[in-house]
Amino acid sequence: MPAASHREDADLTTAKRTTTSSVASTTKSTTTRSKSTPKKTKGAEATTQLDSQLLDFYREMLFIRRFEERCARSYTQALIGGYCHLNLGEEAAVVGLMSALEPTDYLFTNYREHGYAIARNIDPKAIMAELYGRVDGVSKGWGGSMHLFDLDHRLLGGYGIVGGQLPLATGAALAIDYHRQSEVVMCTMGDGTTNIGAFHESLNIAQLWKLPIVYVIINNFLGMGTTVERSSAEPHLYKRAAAYQMPSAVVDGTDAVAVLEAARVAVASARSGQPYLLEVTCHRLRGHSVVDPAKYRSAQEVEELTHFDPIQLLADQLISRQLSDAASLEALNTAVLARIEEIAAFAEASAHPDVSTLFDYTYASPVVNDSRRLPGQALFDETGAAR
Amino acid sequence: MTLMSYRQAIHDTLRSEMLRDENVMLLGEEIGVFEGSYKITAGLLAEFGDKRVRDTPIAEEGFTGVAIGAAMLGLRPVVEIMTINFSLIAIDQIVNHAAKIYGMFGGQAKVPLVIRTPGGGGQQLGATHSQNIELYYAFVPGLKVVAPSTPADAKALMLAAIRDDDPVLFLENLALYNTKGEVPAHDEPAVIGKAKITREGSHLTLIGYSRMAYVAKKIADQLADSEHLDIEVIDLCSLRPLDRETIVNSVKKTHAAVMLEDDWLTYGIGAEIAATISDGAFDYLDAPVRRVAMAEVPMPYAKSLESAAMPSEHDVIQAIYQTLDAIGHRRSKTSPHD
Repeated sequence: MPAASHREDADLTTAKRTTTSSVASTTKSTTTRSKSTPKKTKGAEATTQLDSQLLDFYREMLFIRRFEERCARSYTQALIGGYCHLNLGEEAAVVGLMSALEPTDYLFTNYREHGYAIARNIDPKAIMAELYGRVDGVSKGWGGSMHLFDLDHRLLGGYGIVGGQLPLATGAALAIDYHRQSEVVMCTMGDGTTNIGAFHESLNIAQLWKLPIVYVIINNFLGMGTTVERSSAEPHLYKRAAAYQMPSAVVDGTDAVAVLEAARVAVASARSGQPYLLEVTCHRLRGHSVVDPAKYRSAQEVEELTHFDPIQLLADQLISRQLSDAASLEALNTAVLARIEEIAAFAEASAHPDVSTLFDYTYASPVVNDSRRLPGQALFDETGAAR
Repeated sequence: MTLMSYRQAIHDTLRSEMLRDENVMLLGEEIGVFEGSYKITAGLLAEFGDKRVRDTPIAEEGFTGVAIGAAMLGLRPVVEIMTINFSLIAIDQIVNHAAKIYGMFGGQAKVPLVIRTPGGGGQQLGATHSQNIELYYAFVPGLKVVAPSTPADAKALMLAAIRDDDPVLFLENLALYNTKGEVPAHDEPAVIGKAKITREGSHLTLIGYSRMAYVAKKIADQLADSEHLDIEVIDLCSLRPLDRETIVNSVKKTHAAVMLEDDWLTYGIGAEIAATISDGAFDYLDAPVRRVAMAEVPMPYAKSLESAAMPSEHDVIQAIYQTLDAIGHRRSKTSPHD
């Protein structure tokens, strides 16, 4: 029963952060779940800084929200093909995590990654153009929604196979360690990924070799429609780290500041050579993908989701703390919507990839006897040359 | 030129490439302290240290994926998968990731990775340790699959594979490790995607790769001596890309072909070769393309059954004679194999 599962995990969803007081904390202490309150900021200066951060977070989260809503619309208009998984409800987790990374750090993620690409400061026009399958897309139209990639911004993919990105991210961390560089790798995944072999194999190797990597579980309590309780014998997912003597923590993913603080601890740990597992709880506000009506959720559960909408929560906080007001937030919304329309227009105007480029990306090194045969062509041409 | 074993040629090439390029590093199960299940990496841990020769946990999916990710950031890992049978545990990383990363992201990241792995039966290792499943990888655009049959080719193809910017599956063979041949001293990489005519002839084209290319050459040489047969032998060397023109041009000359393969016949590598000949040399064929391949059974343990399941030299000679008989070729004398 999904609704019951959520209530059983109510402590998880409200937990602000665990006692990840120091990088050196032992596995035992970091894996003991705590309901401690968020770290208190001290002094007026810190408060101002935090307030400014809150407004920045709100802008970025709202931008991701409206971007994703536009994706859903474009998908139903058949401007976006394939699968389309949205970050709706996960915006606070996305911006909190990405804010903890340096521009030179690397990110590997899964197929629900539009928001991450935006938060890595990749041009949203190039992201939308990729979803539209156009030449100006980040992956030149070869990847689509699930396979965003931008070497300059160190987003090393969007991966569509559940768990596929974990060994890859671990390998990137190995390369950093091999060259004694200071970057870290962050590798995000969904809750369902913790049950695949690649999760175990990757965390084991990372801890054995002390690689600079943070694994992040975005726990939205659902695979597609299967709950965590029905798929994970230990539903408190951060506890899996204990099997590898790896420090871990769980944080409320509806609170961007809490996520940022927890992610900073995790990233600092990884940078010092101690890999880390961070579980971020949040709520997927819609179905698994755009086409999923989410009939596995009860009416009551859907109603309760509104309490977990991170953007609404942050708007309420901004207004109650008089950091903003309803009119200003509405003005921001109007501006964001206008920008999203520009982005969608750019994507739609971008050219479809030319068919002459079909064979350009099979191999990086030129290779003899590589086939360039189109489906209807015979294997050998009239001169006897193989296609 | 130095006479050395296939095993030694691979070992020496790995070592010289590690000396040449510090981004070349080795990963695999038991390759360091244990020095490799088949001792290919003997001595390399002691020489290069555990940063460059990494013993991994028994986690093929994990360490193969780790090598792919490391390659994306510029390392040139050479992974050992103890036998090709175990590669099935890593097939998601090989097929869904290594083969896709360059194209799927529009050419932004290269994967300069080599996966070394031996196939081959005949060692009484039973059903799960005797397979020849290189076809699974040869099927996939984005991968390159090479299969040397001699120590010299093992060296040249390993040099090419390590210096290539794409993922290369380097197929070794248990039965070839102790075979010997002359290996040139120079470091001249092979051209991946090219087949090799290892013996010129006019009566029939005999095609193989890996162990069966070795067998093909040996039998063609024997039959030249004993039967005055002039058989052309093609060693495919590369299964993807496949050098179709070399095959077709040879068959246009000889008008007949026999394909030798250690994998199963149905849907096997030879099926692709036969289809290629049908497409490119149909009017030149004087007999159907004959395939000599493993019996369609999981490999048995018992020696009598294992020997019966695997293509033997006798099977090859019979297929050659039957094909020559079908085209009316006169042999110099009657063979005891008939």
